[in-house]
Amino acid sequence: MDKVLEVKQLSKIYGNGCPSCFKLTGPEHNTNICPQCGSVIAMHNVSFDLYKGEILGIMGESGSGKSTAVKCLYFDQPPSSGNAVFYDEDKKFDLFEMNAAQQRQLASKRFGMVYQNPHLGLNFDISAGGNIAERLLMSEVLNYSDIRARATNLLTRTEVLSERMDELPKNFSGGMQQRVQIAKALATNPPLLFLDEVTTGLDLSVQAAILDLILEIQQEQGTAMIVVTHDLGVIRLLAGRTLVMKYGRVIESGLTDQILEDPQHAYTQRLVASAL
Amino acid sequence: MNKIENEVPILRVENYSKHFELHEQHKLIPSSENVNLEVYPGQLTALIGPTGAGKSTVLKGIYRSYLPSSGRLLFRTKDNVEVDLAQADEHLILELRKNEIGFVTQFLHALPRQSTEDVVAQPLVQRGMDKMQARDLAREMLSDMNLPEALWGISPATFSGGEKQRVNLARGLVSRPRLLLLDEPTASLDPHTTEKIITLIEKLKEDGIAMLAIFHHPELVKRMADIVVQLTSPIATEKLLKEIA
Repeated sequence: MDKVLEVKQLSKIYGNGCPSCFKLTGPEHNTNICPQCGSVIAMHNVSFDLYKGEILGIMGESGSGKSTAVKCLYFDQPPSSGNAVFYDEDKKFDLFEMNAAQQRQLASKRFGMVYQNPHLGLNFDISAGGNIAERLLMSEVLNYSDIRARATNLLTRTEVLSERMDELPKNFSGGMQQRVQIAKALATNPPLLFLDEVTTGLDLSVQAAILDLILEIQQEQGTAMIVVTHDLGVIRLLAGRTLVMKYGRVIESGLTDQILEDPQHAYTQRLVASAL
Repeated sequence: MNKIENEVPILRVENYSKHFELHEQHKLIPSSENVNLEVYPGQLTALIGPTGAGKSTVLKGIYRSYLPSSGRLLFRTKDNVEVDLAQADEHLILELRKNEIGFVTQFLHALPRQSTEDVVAQPLVQRGMDKMQARDLAREMLSDMNLPEALWGISPATFSGGEKQRVNLARGLVSRPRLLLLDEPTASLDPHTTEKIITLIEKLKEDGIAMLAIFHHPELVKRMADIVVQLTSPIATEKLLKEIA
C-alpha cells in the first residue's frame, strides 16, 4: 500500500510558550491553557500516517485541536514544531521545509480542503464556476473551453445544476455551497483531501447526500482523506481509522469500529455513550 | 472429528482473555477467559457455551473490533506468514479484513441508503471487482439465500430480522475469505433457509475455507463442526462485577 502522508509530532502553541506548557496542560490537567504563561497549547505531539484511498477520522469536542491539525497541513497556519511528509507519485515533499510559494502551489494542485464555513473555501465575489476556474488556472489549465467543460463536469458530479454555474455562491443554499466547495476541492483531482466539519449545521437529508458523495469519490478515485468532526455518525460512516483528541492531545487511536465498540480511554467511553 | 493431523492451522488462539474496563462506572467486566482454539482450512470450529461465556468476544477480538486484554491470536496469511492479530498494525488488519478474514456479525451493519444487492456486492467492489460483475455474484448469492427478488433493489433498513440475516450472510459468503467468522448465522432463519445455509457452508468447506462459528443448536454443531470448543462463563460474572481502582 502507498503511504500518502506521514505526520510526526505536530504541535501548535498560541502565545510565547514556556518550559512548563506541555507538562501542565492536556487531558489529565483538564485544560489546554498553560497556567504558568497563559499560552494555548492547541495541539501537541500529533502523529499519524495516511495511506492511499484511506479515510482517517479525527474526532473530538470543540477546542480539542482537531481542526488545527488539518489547518497546519493545508498551510493555513504554520505549526510550532513537528514535521509532515507528503508522498506524491514518486516525489516526496517535506511540508514545513518548503517556502510559502511552494506550499501554495502544492496546496492548490495536490490538496483539497473543504471547510465547515463555505466563506473560507469559496470566493463569494465570483460565480460558482469561477471558483472552480480559479483553482484550475492555478494549476495551469488555461484554455477557456477546457475550464468550462471541467467545471460543468465537476458541478454535475457534485449534483449542482450546471445551469447555475454562473451564479454567485451567495444565491445557493448551505448544502449547495458545500457541494460547490467540494467541486472546487476536487477540481485538480487531488490525491489528498481535508474535510473539516463539512456536514455540521446542515439538514439531515443534505448531510446524508454529502456523506454519500464523499464515499463515492473515495471509491471512484482512491482519494486519501482526513475527516475532522465531532459527529460519531460521520466517523462511523466514513472513517476506517480514527484519532480521538482532547485538549490538544491524541488520547486514543485505532480502527474505527474498535474505537466505537471497545473504547479504552475514559473520555472516549463517555463520548461513545453520549451518542444519540 | 476428521482433523487431518499434518494440516497447519490458519488460526491459533492462545490464552485469549478480554475484559472491559468501564472508567465511568469504575468497573471491570470479564468476558472471555483464557480461550484456546484452532481453526483449519476446510474445517469448521464451533464455539459453544452459555450466554455470557464470551463467544462473540472471541470473534470480535479476532476481527479486532475489540482489543484483546491478553493472549495471542495467530493468523497464517495467504503468504504463509503468521501474524498476531492482537498486535498487528492497523493497516494490515484493514488489508486482512478486505482480502482474507470475513465476519458475519449477529446483526446487519450496512451503509444506509444502499440497495441490498450493493450491500452484498460491497466486499467484492472493495477488492476492485467491476461493479456489474460484483452485482451479478451478489444476486446469485441472494437467490441462494431465498431472499425474494423484489427486495434486492431496496435498502435492507426496513427488512425483517430473518431477511436482514440473509443479507448479512450473503455479504459474508460472497467474498469467500480464507477465514470466515460466523456469529449465530442461522439464529433467526426458518428451517428451509437454514438447510440452504448448511449446504452453502458445506460447499465453502469443500473449497478449503476455514470457519469459526458460534452455534446454539446442538443439532447444527453435530452436523457441521469438525472441532468443538466449549466456553464457560468467567467466574467473576457470577460474583457480579469486581471494582477497580
